[in-house]
Amino acid sequence: MIVQYENIIIKTISRILIPFIQIYALYVIMHGHYSPGGGFQGGVILGASFILLVLAFGAEASQKRISLKKLTVLASLGLLIFSGIGLVALLMGGNYLDYGKLPLPLESIPKIRAMGILGIEIGVGIGVMAIMITIFLAIASYETEGKND
Amino acid sequence: MIWSLDFILLIFVVVCAIAAITVKDLLSAVIILAAYSFFMALLWAAMGAVDVAFTEASVGAGASTVFFIAAVFKTTRRAKG
Repeated sequence: MIVQYENIIIKTISRILIPFIQIYALYVIMHGHYSPGGGFQGGVILGASFILLVLAFGAEASQKRISLKKLTVLASLGLLIFSGIGLVALLMGGNYLDYGKLPLPLESIPKIRAMGILGIEIGVGIGVMAIMITIFLAIASYETEGKND
Repeated sequence: MIWSLDFILLIFVVVCAIAAITVKDLLSAVIILAAYSFFMALLWAAMGAVDVAFTEASVGAGASTVFFIAAVFKTTRRAKG
């Protein structure tokens, strides 16, 4: 399925569209704590942009941008950011994911809470993006034996 | 919330849901399911749940459609029975 299909329209449109999709996904992630959206939705949109890259240019050509090893590292990194912020709050004497206790050099508690939620959104976004691309690559590169009609 | 808009969207949702489980071509079923998801997202937005509508539009109409199409491409396109 993910072999390269020569079509100049699909390749040009994808090349133009992918940066805008990624900018929009980053916007959704960064504004997640005071507008609709957040880490999950932004991560799905960011993953969809890479899925579009794989669909348009083939798995071989996009292998140097997104490989399975890199995706595994990114998924683990997202989970590490999420649970790490929670554990830091736990170590500083608060509850798990209690952002107010985070040791950040900011003057007021609400600003520290906003930064903590932003860190959580970034971690969730990275993890969801990597898992979405991994699911797609796993389905698309699965070899079926026998007939394929 | 506008009563008539809500009614039309609900009719579209029901029609898409019934069509998705009755159609024999699995690729058509996937596309109809994406349309169902889109109308459901409009309905969530009309009800004021913008966050849920956002998730429905990005996951239901975007990501899961690609997954289903990849799965259909790897298996078979015709439904049995």
